[in-house]
Amino acid sequence: MNLSKPQKVFIFICVISLLSLYLVLPAKIFNFSVPRLNLKIGNLDFSQEIELKQGLDIKGGLQVTLTADMQEIKPEDRPTALESLKTNIGRRIDFFGVSESGIKTAISGSDYRLILELPGISNPEQALELIGQTAKMEFALPIYTEGKTATEAATLSDFALTDLTGADLARAAATFDSSNSQPVVDIVFKDSGKAKFAKLTKENIGKQIAILLDGYPVTMPTVQVEIPDGRAQITGSNTIEEAKALAVQLNAGALPVPVSVLSQKNIPATLGADSIQKSITAGAIGLSMVVIFMVGNYGWMGFIASIGLVLYGLFTLTLYKLFSVFLSLPGIAGFLLSVGMAVDSNILVFERYKEEIRAGRSWPVALELAFGRAWDSIKDANTATIITGFILFNPLNWNFLNTSGAVRGFALTLILGILISLFTGIVVTRNLLRLFYKGKTLEIKKQK
Amino acid sequence: MNWMKHLSLYFLISSLIIVPGIYSLARYGFKPSIEFTGGTRLTIEGTKSSPDIILQSFKEHTPSLEDFTKNSVTLKTKNISQDTAQKAIDTLKKDNPEIKITDFESIGAALGKETIKKTISALIIASIMLLLYISFAFKQLKYGVCALIAMFHDTIVLLGSFSLLGHFFGVEIDLLFVTAVLTILSFSVHDTIVVFDRIRELSHKNKSVDYVTLVNQAVTETMVRSLNNSLTIIFMLIALFLIGGETTKYFSLALLIGTVTGTYSSTFTAAPLLIVWNKIFAKNK
Repeated sequence: MNLSKPQKVFIFICVISLLSLYLVLPAKIFNFSVPRLNLKIGNLDFSQEIELKQGLDIKGGLQVTLTADMQEIKPEDRPTALESLKTNIGRRIDFFGVSESGIKTAISGSDYRLILELPGISNPEQALELIGQTAKMEFALPIYTEGKTATEAATLSDFALTDLTGADLARAAATFDSSNSQPVVDIVFKDSGKAKFAKLTKENIGKQIAILLDGYPVTMPTVQVEIPDGRAQITGSNTIEEAKALAVQLNAGALPVPVSVLSQKNIPATLGADSIQKSITAGAIGLSMVVIFMVGNYGWMGFIASIGLVLYGLFTLTLYKLFSVFLSLPGIAGFLLSVGMAVDSNILVFERYKEEIRAGRSWPVALELAFGRAWDSIKDANTATIITGFILFNPLNWNFLNTSGAVRGFALTLILGILISLFTGIVVTRNLLRLFYKGKTLEIKKQK
Repeated sequence: MNWMKHLSLYFLISSLIIVPGIYSLARYGFKPSIEFTGGTRLTIEGTKSSPDIILQSFKEHTPSLEDFTKNSVTLKTKNISQDTAQKAIDTLKKDNPEIKITDFESIGAALGKETIKKTISALIIASIMLLLYISFAFKQLKYGVCALIAMFHDTIVLLGSFSLLGHFFGVEIDLLFVTAVLTILSFSVHDTIVVFDRIRELSHKNKSVDYVTLVNQAVTETMVRSLNNSLTIIFMLIALFLIGGETTKYFSLALLIGTVTGTYSSTFTAAPLLIVWNKIFAKNK
C-alpha cells in the first residue's frame, strides 16, 4: 500500500488519539465497562484505570513547613541530622497511615526545613503534636515471657529501660568491616556514655540490647564482648543500603533536633472539590467560546483547528496521567491559559494563509507557505514563554528561586501545554488541513 | 493605515494608565498577603456572637477582620499556632457551642521575606534571559531592549492596577499574583515577538523601504492576529474570573489585565519604540 506522507501522519495521529482516549476514559462509563489492556510498563499498569493525581489544594489536607533547631548540632553534622529527622518524621507519618504523603527537605541559608504534605488529615492539631515531637532514643533490655507450653517460643513482652539514652550517642555511620568486607554500622558514644555502655555490655554478654526510637525497637543486636571505649559495631546488615538506613535511624537519636512550625495550612476537602468544579465549568465555557470564535472567524479551517484543540486537551490529560502530574488549582489555570496560547499558533497560520491568498497564490501553495512562514514567529514566541516557564519551575532546585508547589504546578502545566500545543497546532492541524481542506483560490478573470 | 503617525498619542495613553499606577505604588504600595508578611489566617465556623466579639478574644494577637457571614468569620492575626487559636476560641464556647476552626493557615515572617527575595530574583533572571534571547534571535540589541521596555510597561500597569485594587477594594497580592506577573512577562514578550518577527521578515524582502513604513506595514499585517489571539485568551480568562472559584479569581484578573495591556503594548509601545530608537541612533551617526 502506498500512502502519502499526510496520510501516514494522519494514521499516526489517529493511533495516538485512540490510545490517549483509552487512557483518559474512566474504567466504567455508566454501566458499560471499558475493556482494559493487560499491559504493564514500569510502574504503570494499563489494566487499571490510571488515576489523575490531585494536589493538596484540591484533595484537602495539611501542609506544614517545620524548621529544625540546629543550635545543639555541630555544623558538619547538620545535613546528617536533617536527613535523620526526615526519616524519623516520615516514619511517624506512615504510622498515621496517610497515603501519598510528601516530605521534602529544604536548606535555606542557615535554616533547615522540612516541608510536609499530608492529604486527608482531619485532625491537624493532633497530627502536628505527634509528628513534631523531638526524637527520643533509649537503650533497653528486652524482657521475654516464656511460652505457656514447652513447644511455644518465648515472646517479647516488654523492655527494661537502662540509663543509656540517645543523648549519650555521638554518631552512627554505615561502613564496611575491614576484616570481612561485610556492611556494618559503626556507633560511637560520647564520653558521658562510655562508662554506661561498658557496664551495659559487660553485664549482658550473649544477650540482646534493644535500641528504641520513640519507644519502638530499631534494632536489637546481641552483645559479643564488653566494650570499654564506647566504640561499637553492629553487624548483620545484608546490604550497605540496609546499614545506611539503620545509621540514619540511629542518628535521629544521636542528633535529636527539636522542630517548630514555620508555616501551616489546613485545606478543607470541600473547598477544593468546589473550586475544581467551578474551574472545570469555567474551562468548558471558555473553551466553547474559543471554538465558536474560531469557527465563526475561519469557517471550516477554524473547525479543523478546533479538532486540534480537542486533541490538545486529550493529549494533555494523557500526559498528566502518565507523568503523574499533580492537579492543582493554579495548574488548572495554567492549563486553561495554555489552551488560549494553543489557539495562537492556529491564528498566526490562518491569518498568514489569508494574506497569501490575497497575494494571489493558489490555496494549496498558500497553505504550505502559511505554515512555513508562521513557524518563525511561533518558534520565537513560544521559546520566550518556555524560558519563563523554566524559571518558575526551577528544575534545578536553585535556592534563590521559588520552590513553592503552587507556582511549580502552574509552570509545569504551562510548559507541557506549550509543547503539546506546538504538536497539535502545527503537526496535527496541518495534516488535517492537507487531507480535508479544500480552499478557494482568488481568480483573476477577464472582464466580459 | 498609517499607525505609526501618532506615536506621541500612544505614549500618552500609556502614561495615562501608568502614572496613576506608579503614584498608587509609591503612595499606597501593595496589600501583601500573609505569604509575604507572615501571619495567620483562620476561618471560624458556627459563630453566633458578632464578629467584634470574636475579634475581641484574639486581641492579644493583633487581629483584623477579613470577611464574615451569618455564622462564619475569617480573620487575620500575627503568626500564632493552631493551638493558641484554639485556646482563644475555647473562651467563646459558652455562647457559641458549635464553634470550630475550619480553615487555618500560618506563615512565619522569615518565610515571607524569603518569598519576596525569591520573587525579585526570578523577575531579574527572567528579564535578563528574555533580553538575551530576543537580542540573539533578532541579531540586534534594539529588539531585545524595546521588547523589554514594553514588558516593563505591562508589568507596571499590572502592578499599578493591583496597588489601586488593594487600596480601594482590599485585594491582596499573594504568591499566585507573582506567578501571574511572571506569566504576563512571557505573554507580553510572546506578542511583541510576533510583531518584531514580521518587521524582520519585511526588512529582508524590501531593503529599500524606510523603517517607519516597514514597521507600519508589519503592525498593520499583525493587527488582526494580535486581536484574535488575545480575544481567545480573554474569553478563557473572563470565564475563569467570573465562575472559576475564589482561589483563582484575582489570579485570573491579573492575567486578564496583563493580556489586555500585553496586546496593546506589542503594537503601540514596542513597535513605536523601535522607531524612536532608530531616530536617536540616526542622529548620533
